Amino acid sequence: MTALDAPTTDAVVGVTKLRKEDAHLVTGRTRWTDNVQLPGLLHVALVRSPMAHARVTDVDVSAALEQPGVVAAYTGADLVEHWSGGLPCAWPVTEDMRSPVHLPIATDEVRHVGDAVAVVVARTRYQAADATEFVVVDYEPLPVVTDMEAALADGADLADSTLDSNECFTWPMVNGDIDAAFDGAAHVVTRRFVNQRLIPTAIEPRAVVCAPPRDQREFTMWSATQIPHILRLMLALTCGVPEHELRVIAPDVGGGFGSKLNVYAEEAICLVLAKLLDQPVKWTESRTEGYVATIHGRDQVQDLSIALDEDGRIRGLKAKLLADMGAYLQLVTPGVPLLGAFMFNAIYKMDALSFECTGVFTNKTPTDAYRGAGRPEATYAIERLIDEAAHEIGMEPFELRERNWIKHEEFPYETIAGITYDSGNYEAATARAKEMFDYDGLRAEQARRRESGDKVQLGIGISTFTEMCGLAPSRVLGSLSYGAGGWEHASVRMLATGKVEVVTGTSPHGQGHVTAWSQIAAQALGVPYEDVEVRHGDTAVAHKGMDTYGSRSLVVGGYAVQVACDKVVAKAKRVAAHMLEASEDDLEFDRGTFSVRGSPDASRTIQDVALAVFAAHDYPEDMEPSLDSDATVDPENFSYPHGTHLAAVEVDTETGMVHLRDYVAVDDVGKVINPQIVEGQVHGGLAQGIAQALFEEAVYDAEGNLVTGSLVDYYVPSAADLPTFRTDRTETPATSNPLGVKGVGEAGTIASTPAIMNAVVDALRPMGINDVPMPASPRNVWETIQSAAPPVGGDKASGATNGGAA
Amino acid sequence: MTRVQMTVDGQACDDDVEPRLLLVHYLRDVLGKTGTNVGCDTSNCGACTVHLDGDSVKSCTVLTVQADGAEVATIEGLAQPPTDGDATSGWHPLQKAFHAEHGLQCGYCTPGMIMSSMDLLGRNPSPSEEDVRHGLEGNLCRCTGYVNIVRSVLRAAAELRGETVGDADEGGIGEADVVSDPEHEEQLENLEVAP
Ligand code: FES
Ligand code: FES
Repeated sequence: MTALDAPTTDAVVGVTKLRKEDAHLVTGRTRWTDNVQLPGLLHVALVRSPMAHARVTDVDVSAALEQPGVVAAYTGADLVEHWSGGLPCAWPVTEDMRSPVHLPIATDEVRHVGDAVAVVVARTRYQAADATEFVVVDYEPLPVVTDMEAALADGADLADSTLDSNECFTWPMVNGDIDAAFDGAAHVVTRRFVNQRLIPTAIEPRAVVCAPPRDQREFTMWSATQIPHILRLMLALTCGVPEHELRVIAPDVGGGFGSKLNVYAEEAICLVLAKLLDQPVKWTESRTEGYVATIHGRDQVQDLSIALDEDGRIRGLKAKLLADMGAYLQLVTPGVPLLGAFMFNAIYKMDALSFECTGVFTNKTPTDAYRGAGRPEATYAIERLIDEAAHEIGMEPFELRERNWIKHEEFPYETIAGITYDSGNYEAATARAKEMFDYDGLRAEQARRRESGDKVQLGIGISTFTEMCGLAPSRVLGSLSYGAGGWEHASVRMLATGKVEVVTGTSPHGQGHVTAWSQIAAQALGVPYEDVEVRHGDTAVAHKGMDTYGSRSLVVGGYAVQVACDKVVAKAKRVAAHMLEASEDDLEFDRGTFSVRGSPDASRTIQDVALAVFAAHDYPEDMEPSLDSDATVDPENFSYPHGTHLAAVEVDTETGMVHLRDYVAVDDVGKVINPQIVEGQVHGGLAQGIAQALFEEAVYDAEGNLVTGSLVDYYVPSAADLPTFRTDRTETPATSNPLGVKGVGEAGTIASTPAIMNAVVDALRPMGINDVPMPASPRNVWETIQSAAPPVGGDKASGATNGGAA
Repeated sequence: MTRVQMTVDGQACDDDVEPRLLLVHYLRDVLGKTGTNVGCDTSNCGACTVHLDGDSVKSCTVLTVQADGAEVATIEGLAQPPTDGDATSGWHPLQKAFHAEHGLQCGYCTPGMIMSSMDLLGRNPSPSEEDVRHGLEGNLCRCTGYVNIVRSVLRAAAELRGETVGDADEGGIGEADVVSDPEHEEQLENLEVAP
């Protein structure tokens, strides 16, 4: 306990507790994977293909072996016998899905810039990097596939010469009578949106250390990963190390956002090298290396049509997607767009929905889950489309939304996508957001600026989003052909002194689980918050878990902590009744104390009970002398956070510069364990969603080179690029878990991209503009303005000339 | 190999290093001072920020030999020993403020953020929000969206100016503004919890 963390006797859930995680992070006493030093540690560097697609005709490592400090060097062929079948994809979305073999080190064909072709091991980092220059690789160029539509054309070049087509899969879903919905509709609005490729850019680069068995029988791997448990299982299956002889540790992990939700080549390589060399090895990616070797996100082309009645009621929606898989399927690559399939209808009621997604191979870095994974793409599409529809039928965008959204009293509501939203109150969040934002005042200012022909136009953007997270009900995942369940595990140990250890299967990397799980356990057990320690991220300590992604940790993992605590209390109650010679039914439990109803002096604290059970001299006949409890919970439903976000942007019509003037986010994430942590999640999510709208894009040239290959060219926003967001929340408890909580990690990212882009388009609408490509960089905005035809009657707002775009 | 001598967080160091060795790798790999992080290879992220003779520098862009004879200060030397039983009492006001305002999530950018902020506050003890945002332009954070980092720096500035600082800012998300659905509350209470 510290002065900053003053104890409180009041409730510990629902109040801000300063984070237990911070002390070592603010003082530099950290445990990042790259910090790990071991006796005899060797350093690993990879030789990577500079070509997007080529046949590898020869790899010669002999000169590298002569270099100072070099201990070993291997080609892909040298190591191919060590991995059975290559790196795993756990989500075969269709039975006939094409899935190329993905070797950790390529043998005869490279398929994207950055594909590994050889590995060098040396005594220092610098020696290993130097020696890679001496590996000689002969490449024979093959045709490069970069464009998804061209890739699907008849006779197209192949991104992978072992496949007969670039089509990975096509996954359809139709609910309701879609033809009837479109036949005779008063309005049909059709748009194509491009959801550009992004690079997640967790600030800690990936790193792996693997130590071979010495005294112990097991391999120990430290990895900057979100998924130590899944990684252990998958490496065991891939590299032939028995699962029980592999221990995976995710020590301090510096952000992930999905980029560390994977089973990567370097993890398999380090495990095999530790086995072959019988010495510990370390690999740490450089940022530039990571930009081609760590998964990317998004990259969809979306064709949408919405059919509406005369009065704006939505009849049906068609969504047809192309999703870029990149060159290989990583852990959940093909499943990402499917997570969006259920979100195109968003908060709206409609009669029919059709969805079809085609996954396409290209010679680019594989895509996979990036913060939101499928739902940001879907939400962007529908929220942009609603604005377009409102414009085309001449209706206020909020009015169109409200006409169609699920009303507060209609929950629980089964959507046209076939899933049931348990709770929500879109009216309340919207009312609050409009009030905070001064929506009417800003609309008036916008009208004035339009009228006066101001060169800086004001745009107002709306996003009334929801999303499905909290991955996930195992049976639903099974029905979508996902390779695992979505349960989570926790155990709670009552120590003899009354202190508590919570062991969780979640694996935090910035989310504050130690603090939040302490709050849940302290509240449930009635012990001081300071008396709870939370252990995680090591398969030898937390033996069971499904890890952290998909805004699942609190709604599934926190739920498991709550259930395990409830079991501890139930056991303690039996012992307390025994100690007090009372009937269990007569006992009350309040803030850590069992007392006999009506005689408050007859009481035992949970700590008294823990000590008595430890001594075990006298406890009920029919139970074990232990209060420790485990819980593995499998949620019955997803979690559906929602909210209303509003953005005000100023667009300089002469330069194309977009200035984000104000951002209001009202989120409904149900009950809240720690408001400060929740707000932090919202802030960080907003920044990443806004970054997609305004700043970031992974650009490839026609030869398959990543043009935005480092932080110099890929624009990750700094503090100077973003405003202070204004946040608030409404609270409609989830009914799918006993805490009433919903996921929050991805909500801000999902909501903010369409809010910003709706604002940018809104600012330019008088110029006849109805879409701006993302990111809305000065160049993209300026070019859009230049190519826009001036509306009939001239356009005094911009003075834009037609056809000016290059 | 070149001989270098310098003081790092008050300790004298004397080593033979390769002329090309980056200061950040000297700190991390030779001295084992892993409090300072590496987040990029293009001097964009600022995770590696330390002080060299009192000025903040990105230690990935400084050669160890360039620091010969210098005083280097890193995040590890910032806290003083606790003045009482309270572990945080010896912390620098910036360390306390980042904790109080939730100015870090994963914490990977934090050493650099704190060292840059210290330099900023040395130059401008009373910065505006805009000053802080521009002053930290060279430090990237992917987790926080910067709002709480800015709050942290402003809070530390106030403390360093001798002002009293209050409770942490919860922003708008403290008490919910609209708490709805009494019927859901009921549903919640009656929820069957699967074991
Ligand atoms: S590591 Fe020095 S600026 Fe990124
Ligand atoms: S706290 Fe994670 S990068 Fe800043």
